Amino acid sequence: MQINEGEIEKRDIFIKQVEELSGQNLFGCYQCGRCSAGCPMVSRMDAIPSMVMRLVQLGDEKVLDKNTYWVCASCYTCDVRCPKGIDIAKVMEALRQIKLRKNLNYVDIKKIDGIEELPQIALISNFRKYTG
Amino acid sequence: MARIGVFVCHCGINIAGVVDVEKVVQEIAKYPDVVHAEHYKYMCSDPGQNLIVNAIKEKRLDGVVVAACSPNMHETTFRNACERAGLNRYRCEMANIREQSSWVHADEPEKATEKAIQLLQVSVEKVKLNAELKEAAVPVTRRCLVIGGGIAGIQAALDVADAGYEVILVEKSPSIGGHMAQLSETFPTLDCSQCILTPKMVAVARHPNIRLMTYAEVVDVKGFVGNFKVKIHQKARYVTSDCNICGKCEEVCPVIAPNEFDRNLSPRKAIYLPFPQAVPARYTIDTNHCLGLNPLVCGKCKEVCEPKAVDYDMQDEDVEVDVGAIIVATGYELFPKDKIGEYGYGVYPDVIDGLEFERLLSASGPTGGEIIRPSDGKVPKVVAFIQCTASRDPDSYMPYCSKICCMYTAKHAMLYKHHVHDGKAFVFYIDIRAGGKDYEEFVKRTMEEERITYIRGKVSKVFRRGDKMVVWGSDTLSGEFVELEADLVVLASAIVPLPDTKKVANLLKIPVDENSFLKEAHPKLRPVETLVQGVYICGAAHGPKDIPETVAQASGAASKAVGILSGKELYHEPTTAEVNIDACSGCRICVDLCPFGAISFNENTHTVEVNEILCEGCGTCVAACPTGALKLRNMTDKQIFNMIRAALSGGD
Repeated sequence: MQINEGEIEKRDIFIKQVEELSGQNLFGCYQCGRCSAGCPMVSRMDAIPSMVMRLVQLGDEKVLDKNTYWVCASCYTCDVRCPKGIDIAKVMEALRQIKLRKNLNYVDIKKIDGIEELPQIALISNFRKYTG
Repeated sequence: MARIGVFVCHCGINIAGVVDVEKVVQEIAKYPDVVHAEHYKYMCSDPGQNLIVNAIKEKRLDGVVVAACSPNMHETTFRNACERAGLNRYRCEMANIREQSSWVHADEPEKATEKAIQLLQVSVEKVKLNAELKEAAVPVTRRCLVIGGGIAGIQAALDVADAGYEVILVEKSPSIGGHMAQLSETFPTLDCSQCILTPKMVAVARHPNIRLMTYAEVVDVKGFVGNFKVKIHQKARYVTSDCNICGKCEEVCPVIAPNEFDRNLSPRKAIYLPFPQAVPARYTIDTNHCLGLNPLVCGKCKEVCEPKAVDYDMQDEDVEVDVGAIIVATGYELFPKDKIGEYGYGVYPDVIDGLEFERLLSASGPTGGEIIRPSDGKVPKVVAFIQCTASRDPDSYMPYCSKICCMYTAKHAMLYKHHVHDGKAFVFYIDIRAGGKDYEEFVKRTMEEERITYIRGKVSKVFRRGDKMVVWGSDTLSGEFVELEADLVVLASAIVPLPDTKKVANLLKIPVDENSFLKEAHPKLRPVETLVQGVYICGAAHGPKDIPETVAQASGAASKAVGILSGKELYHEPTTAEVNIDACSGCRICVDLCPFGAISFNENTHTVEVNEILCEGCGTCVAACPTGALKLRNMTDKQIFNMIRAALSGGD
């Protein structure tokens, strides 16, 4: 991780974005790991919630490559248990928003097999979530 | 025929859970001269002590052995009990059947019981030949010496002086105040350091009971508790007390020297006042830089001095003083930058240590409180703070935690942000140790409100790239290598004792630990005392500590010193060595061997003499004496042989 004045500026913008969307002070996290320790979905995540908190704290956009915030069920267990009162589920939601607002297509309509078999509601919500 | 009473303690189940106390009592009752034996659950309790008192009176006992714990714990308790019953306290001994039997032989109760009986027999043999002794008394000089004029020495001196005793405060540099005078603000309240320190400095200067000797060093200490003879070397400062600190001398002085008070970040003249609030308020001529104290060579300061305070003929002098107690508060220094290779051996001007940063932050500092970096005077936009510099590094530097760095680094980062709002601070740390009142909250404030990025990992290298300082570290929390381009690097260097601390310790014969910090008599229960009676320690010379802890320890040391000074006489255990001058050949082997300096040679009689107040009864001299002229009271050869015989007769 290279940190210089330009990089610091870039990272600050990302940190600010996550903080504004989530309403949380990311610098409050002192990495106790309790969010990860109580997360019911943690076994499905490629980065545990506390690691996601660390990466956003450092303003590291690589955090968007992790599946954590998609796997997050928004059950709020982490929020209840966080000793610093940080609403981690809201941070996860912020990351989902940032990812979605990039307006990228994650599914190609032409490549979906058996499209006529899929429930229409599921199909529509899929497009809303995964396409720009 | 002696009349010995034996009292066996259960110590709850500590002893009775292993040793068969009933059997011990039955067996020892049969031993010659034992006329009374009993056991009880807790001998040290009031009812237990009363058993001893009553038995002494009823059975007319002339000796007592208590089989219980270590004499370190309760010897005084039981000796006091004997005294209450009218028995000389030195006719009471303890047999340690807890540490030396039940605790170490818990698996073998029968053998433990047997050993307890043997230990008792040994003690019975000893007490039989114990003489009735009386404690030695010496008068006390009611004056205290405090060595070191930092916050520790200032507080100790004020406390002793306020208690009504004379104090001599010796400080090596031209002003008292120590490192605390150099600090900008203090954690966790951000009080201005000088604002809270200078009232105390003024109080020292004005106190009728304090004699302040700055620019002076202790060079010799003789004597013992209550009666120390101290030689103090007063260096000539070439400016008399008529100085009114008008500063004209400084203006005309042509010599520029580095300003130690500003950690060499600014210049001063050869005639100087360390800082405006210095106590005493008096200039000093630094002879290492002055052109030579010779009016023919320069003499400018003397010419302009209106009160005629400059005196080139002033001489160094040695002052001898008598004191009853000594408090050592010689303080600390930071681990030298030039010995830390990975952070640049001190060659980069933009790698500074904590105290240098304090001077930059200080409103009275070399930059007037403006944060600029030393190399080019630019305001640093990115600052890296490196904690644990040379601390917690047993392989290359100091093994211990320097304790205050986590807090002052948080303070530094916070104050930096207060000065440079758009600046970015990064703190590299291994752990955050913020154990103190309001300390954790302070660190959290630094992180959350000042938004300082804490990176968990120790920095491995600092080097220059262009006009930036590159810091190589890692963030073990995210598992990534970190390369940070900073404008300024601040090292939270290890706290080390001043080299002078060892010198002072040698003069006073007090021990230092493996890191050359002063060593306390007991880490928990005697934290301000030393193994030399009448010598107390406080402040960072004893180990890294912050201001509140230093002040508390200084007050503790002062109260210990007052304890000595407030008595008319001091008493000392009489179980010391004594000389049979008819047998002494005057070989003086014992004189050099005595670890307490208690033996001296009398040139007139050509024999040695033991100072009963200094002698701690260790017996080294007795063992070494080739003519058997020295003996230890109540530990005579005859007693030892009888004890060995008793120890060997019991077993198979």
